[in-house]
Amino acid sequence: MNRYPLWKYILVLTTLVLGVVYSLPNLFGESPAVQVSTTKSSAKLDPALLGQVEDILKQEKISYEAVFLDTNGVKVRFENADTQINAKDVLQGKLGKDYVVALNLISRSPAWLRSIGALPMYLGLDLRGGVHFLLQVDMKAALDKAAERYVGDFRSALRKERVAYLGVSRDGQAVQVRFSSAAELEKAKKILNKEYPDLTFRNIDSGNDKLLIATLNLQAQKRIQEFALKQNIQTLHNRVNELGVAEPIIQQQGLDRIVIQLPGVQDTAKAKEILGRTATLEIRMVDEEKSDMTTLDKASKGQVPFGDEYYVERNGQPILVKKNVVLTGDYITDAGPGLDQQNGESVVHVTLDGRGARIFKQATKENVGKRMAILLIEKGQAEVITAPVIREEIGGGRVQISGMANVQEATDVSLLLRAGALAAPMDIIEERTVGPSMGEENIKRGWHSTLWGFAAIAVFMIIYYMLFGSVSVLALGVNLLLLTAVLSLLQATLTLPGLAAIALTLGMAIDANVLINERIREELRNGNTPQAAIHAGYDRAFDTILDSNVTTMIAGLALFMFGSGPVKGFAVVHVLGILTSMFSAVVVSRALVNLIYGYRRKISKLSIG
Amino acid sequence: MEIFKIKKDIPFMSYGRLTTAISLITFLLSVFFLAHRGLNLGVDFTGGTMMEVSYPQAADIGKIREAVDSVGLKDATVQNFGTSRDVLIRLPLKPELSISALSEQVLTALQKADPNVKMNRVESVGAQVGQELYENGALALLLVSIGIMAYLALRFEWRFAVAAVVANMHDVVIILGFFAFFQWEFNLTVLAAVLAVLGYSVNESVVVFDRVRENFRKMRKAGVQEVINNAITRTMSRTVITHFSTQLMVLSMLFFGGEVLHNFSLALTIGILFGIYSSVLVASPIAMYLGVSRENLMTGAEKKPAGAEAQP
Repeated sequence: MNRYPLWKYILVLTTLVLGVVYSLPNLFGESPAVQVSTTKSSAKLDPALLGQVEDILKQEKISYEAVFLDTNGVKVRFENADTQINAKDVLQGKLGKDYVVALNLISRSPAWLRSIGALPMYLGLDLRGGVHFLLQVDMKAALDKAAERYVGDFRSALRKERVAYLGVSRDGQAVQVRFSSAAELEKAKKILNKEYPDLTFRNIDSGNDKLLIATLNLQAQKRIQEFALKQNIQTLHNRVNELGVAEPIIQQQGLDRIVIQLPGVQDTAKAKEILGRTATLEIRMVDEEKSDMTTLDKASKGQVPFGDEYYVERNGQPILVKKNVVLTGDYITDAGPGLDQQNGESVVHVTLDGRGARIFKQATKENVGKRMAILLIEKGQAEVITAPVIREEIGGGRVQISGMANVQEATDVSLLLRAGALAAPMDIIEERTVGPSMGEENIKRGWHSTLWGFAAIAVFMIIYYMLFGSVSVLALGVNLLLLTAVLSLLQATLTLPGLAAIALTLGMAIDANVLINERIREELRNGNTPQAAIHAGYDRAFDTILDSNVTTMIAGLALFMFGSGPVKGFAVVHVLGILTSMFSAVVVSRALVNLIYGYRRKISKLSIG
Repeated sequence: MEIFKIKKDIPFMSYGRLTTAISLITFLLSVFFLAHRGLNLGVDFTGGTMMEVSYPQAADIGKIREAVDSVGLKDATVQNFGTSRDVLIRLPLKPELSISALSEQVLTALQKADPNVKMNRVESVGAQVGQELYENGALALLLVSIGIMAYLALRFEWRFAVAAVVANMHDVVIILGFFAFFQWEFNLTVLAAVLAVLGYSVNESVVVFDRVRENFRKMRKAGVQEVINNAITRTMSRTVITHFSTQLMVLSMLFFGGEVLHNFSLALTIGILFGIYSSVLVASPIAMYLGVSRENLMTGAEKKPAGAEAQP
């Protein structure tokens, strides 16, 4: 009765082999490496890039251990960190700005393991060092910005249709259009209603004025918020690329938050500076009609004319700029520093996309001889970089921005412009940083805890239950193996609480074997034969084991669903550990016991202490 | 080797009044300390910043405090932990300063005071996030309790479910009571430990209840009290050995796990010790007071065939 059918032994054996194979990569350790990826969709990650990287390394006589291409880019592994850093500089120099060359650590496991998807466990930031940010996106600002855009759109739409209106302004997230007559209002309402299905319109009478109030409907609000989040994530991607981080994680969390994890980043100040930049470019017209000395003087004291904003140019000249935005940084496809061919000044060359180019052409055509202000808005502070006079219509979408103090500034500004604009401002609301030595220390601590705890349990179990204790310890070892394999296979993030969960799960998993062993002893005491005792012991204990594991599982799943950060890391491992322990403690240990005792005709005594 | 060779059943249930009294007193004491002193919540829940820095030589706490003060943070605490070279700095939230700017300013000040300072760990949590983590933690606790109760009610009977959850909450409150009394820091990792205890400690009750059910089936003539006494006595050996094994692991974490796992293992230790006690001496008497009987259990067991018969 204590014999498994052949398929069960094969199942156990196959599981063990798979367990060993998928745990293996963790033993090889990691080597310093660089990872080459692209910032542009035009530059492809293909075997040609692989060849190019190889050629460069050969030319420069930099020795490397391995080079290969995967979905993240070309990865090159080196013997030591010095070669790695040297290679990074060389590659970055030769490949140019379209490629990101980042430092990384890559497993030393052989290629055949990689080819079957066997990777080492994915270590969390607390084990490998790095920064974690949680950013809150200011959705109100995103909606304000959307409303602001409608103000300009309404003006041009009404002008085009020759509707007489008194003024258009933004009031919170609503757009207000003032009319003197109800007939004009109705006319406008009809036009706008047709053109802007996202808006809900309603009329209000306030004294003499007739007001038309336009508000975004809920769907449109939702769409704008989703879009803002997506655009911010995209922008952050671009900015993180500038940092050269190998495996960044940039993810949406909830409706209005973004998680950023930058493994291996130590210079948090630099990271925060680059991530936190909220620079965007706006091109607006200078209000030439009101640019007389008295108005400017008044404006500097706070009496800014309606529809204008007061700024001081870099050369100290006061200037009145219209609030209406002609063009935003959204239309910029590329920006780079350069020199003006006539006077040798530092400039920024900006390339606009098709739509942006059309708008720009139209604006320059209508305003020849007038001044156009280019504003850089960073951290809510707008600055007029330059306000050149439009000499002629500019087509083709190539714009040169002058007024840069030096080459460095031109480079900085173009970097900011290229990284794109944020659709809405963001705040860092959570930050966790772990130094690299701390990460290694944490791994050591976690493993020492597990190993010493395991050893203590093993000694105790073997003394207490003799041969059955040894079987229990082997089953526990299999549990550790399977858990490692599953974690490696799923690439679940392993954190320090996760390591603690491994230890704790092992400490708790032994419960199943204790239950079984105690049951067998009891059956023996009740006068059962050894074979019957083994059979009854395993069968009777199984019910209890199942019940207790299900309750533990409920706790684990709730932790997973509601936990965040360390709690989640703990829960993942805990839940997986319960599953593997069910298999190892019941099936594997039974297979071992069956092999030891199941084929003997006569057993006088079980070695169970 | 065998530690527990008990011939006669121990009459646990006749001590019911005493053990319930003991539980009630420890429970009330815990509630008192929780109410009186409150938990020393970590930055995870309150919001704020915690920085762990180390120096190549013994750290000069006074100088570090001066540096932190220079940033204008009067409520900061600076203390050694582990070795004399490691320093833990706790900064409260500053509404006018973003959390990222705060840690940066402090680090700059520390570097100015001593360029050898090494930053090992920074944790900054905004007030809103802290509040959410707190709420989610409470929600997880509630959900775990409900989930376990529902499962036990389904698998056994509502009386057992209630008894098990009361025993578990008793463990949780006592862990929290210890943390309040000693003012140990309560953070997310400790919360994970508390919730793990909840799942672990219910195991105990399940094992005993399983035996109670089996006994009701086997010991046809015995009364409820005898059945429960027998169940507890028969499972005691397993209870103690399992807990001892788990405790070995937890001790290993306590010794080797470092600062982050220290309070985690402390919470587990308390949970394990009281888990033994409560599952045996709290859960069972409550189940008995609630009036478990052969009848109401048998119908529950017949709805679902018992595992022993279902197995080949």
